[in-house]
Amino acid sequence: MNELKQAFENGKALIAFLTAGDPSIEDSVRYVKVMEEAGADIIEIGVPFSDPVADGPVIMEADVRALAHHIHLPQALDEARAIRKASSIPLVFLTYYNPVFSYGAERFFRECAAIGVSGVIIPDLPLEEQGEVRPHADRFGVSLIQLIAPTSRERVQAIARAASGFVYLVSSMGVTGMRDGFSGGVEEMAAAVREVTDVPCAVGFGIHTPAQARQMAALADGVITGSGVVDLIGKHGASADEALSAYIRGLKDAVRDLPPRL
Amino acid sequence: MKGRFGLFGGQYVPETLMSEVLRVEEAYETYKNDPQFLAELADLNRNYTGRPSLLYEAKRLSADLGVKVYLKREDLNHTGAHKINNCIGQALLARRMGKTRLIAETGAGQHGVAAATVAALFGMECEVYMGEIDTERQALNVYRMRLLGAKVHAVKTGSRVLKDAVNAAMQDWSARCGDTHYLIGSAVGPAPFPEMVRDFQSCIGREMREELLRREGRLPDAVVACVGGGSNAIGTFYPFVQDEGVRLVGCEAGGKGVDTPYHAATMARGRTGVFHGMKSLFCQDEDGNITEVYSISAGLDYPGVSPEHAELHRAGRAEYIAVTDEEAVAAFEYLARTEGIICAIESAHAVAGAVRTAKTLPPGSVMAVTISGRGDKDVAAIARYRGEALRD
Repeated sequence: MNELKQAFENGKALIAFLTAGDPSIEDSVRYVKVMEEAGADIIEIGVPFSDPVADGPVIMEADVRALAHHIHLPQALDEARAIRKASSIPLVFLTYYNPVFSYGAERFFRECAAIGVSGVIIPDLPLEEQGEVRPHADRFGVSLIQLIAPTSRERVQAIARAASGFVYLVSSMGVTGMRDGFSGGVEEMAAAVREVTDVPCAVGFGIHTPAQARQMAALADGVITGSGVVDLIGKHGASADEALSAYIRGLKDAVRDLPPRL
Repeated sequence: MKGRFGLFGGQYVPETLMSEVLRVEEAYETYKNDPQFLAELADLNRNYTGRPSLLYEAKRLSADLGVKVYLKREDLNHTGAHKINNCIGQALLARRMGKTRLIAETGAGQHGVAAATVAALFGMECEVYMGEIDTERQALNVYRMRLLGAKVHAVKTGSRVLKDAVNAAMQDWSARCGDTHYLIGSAVGPAPFPEMVRDFQSCIGREMREELLRREGRLPDAVVACVGGGSNAIGTFYPFVQDEGVRLVGCEAGGKGVDTPYHAATMARGRTGVFHGMKSLFCQDEDGNITEVYSISAGLDYPGVSPEHAELHRAGRAEYIAVTDEEAVAAFEYLARTEGIICAIESAHAVAGAVRTAKTLPPGSVMAVTISGRGDKDVAAIARYRGEALRD
């Protein structure tokens, strides 16, 4: 859990998402290293799922690509294992709940801890339903990353109280994907979270330009970029190294001079 | 536990939707026993839908099967299926919640038509999500929805059938829940939907039970209904669950056989999982990916099932059988020729299940079968199945 907290201690954190096994495990492992060298502070690994209901078309297509060569939860764990051999960058998984349920929550969190995956984001497991996985996450010291949405309002503080690792502030309504604007309310969400916890806040959904990264990072402790990364991998396949490096560097440079954790 | 049927049910939705789902739950708790709400529902059920639906004693079928068979004629409802029962209830609730827009998913198109119908009736905007493949095999219903003023989106992602339509509708709702109610068409999804849809569909079983007691002076030995998501079946079964002597028989889509990959037999081949907001049984691969399912019937072509059915199955209170495409088509033709009723291909699964169940009942038994919809929409597809091409 401390690795995640530490990642927020040198200025605003940049969290980069990619889908496991897209376009292959080997390429994906290398892209993690590329993004780390370009300035990413945390890597979020998406576990491909047949029905990624909270994701927009870019990540849905990456899941289709990865599933086509049988990248499921066990293969995503293999990828994390391979990354760990080459890098100590903090890792979190993003996975829908059914693959975890099917694998067994206890076994999954034990594996995460053994590999050195610090946190898990399960977008379709809201606070009220976390009782069946929380004991395993706690026992193995893996953070269950909480999401807060523009609609959360009176739920924000209850969710924040359950937070560890970092809090994922959802910038906008709808699904993941590159956007031109945000629904607003991020500042209020972050302020409400800070009243009850010192767990850092990262903003995600839609962030794909340096200006957006700067705008959102100023309101929180870090930003998450997903579809922008996945889109480049979708376009360049196994030769996305340079494009990814430039993209991540651009986002990181845009937030570098902002004051650290508020 | 709230929103649970034994181990099944729950509210597994993204945080973005959680507040809205809780608002629906609160609204339903508020109105489900509200006399004015119930009076309005009863009035529309009677004067708009045409309830109570007929319970018809099928004498030629009875003579042939050797048990007394009653058919619950949901096919005679306005819009031609049981789906309208739920749509009126949810639209009344949505109106009370201040919503002006309804969205819905549809497989066969019957729920989409019913949703578009109530939207027209209440002056609400309506958008329907339908898998692209289903828009092709149910083109007539697509046009019906458009006639009723709804916008139909052909969903081109995933397997392009009902499951993908639900995904798309949930995505729409998560982007725009302020003015929008997601009118889920079956007893599936996060709580309170499985319970709420069951309640709005329970008029089927309640009327059936009362009418049988009046005419037979006793309860039936078996009631039979088809199960996709399971709304007509749970509406049929629920009023009989406490009546231990009544066998509850659900008929799911066996497609080309449950030993092939081409079926939608969740009870026979599914495993416990979490999807579309609920814990229930789902057809899935060994790693928890939801698998593509298949049935000749677009309305039964769903990889999950109502959590309440999952619990009735677990508890052994209801029995579930898989009916193949071939059996269903044969039953479709059999009912047409024996009783002059062209039923929906979904309902034909129940008819086939009734034929099988009759063989296990002693002479003099009474069986009631829910005919969930009418079959006009399926005529062209059945002709194709039999190798004939029809032209309008």
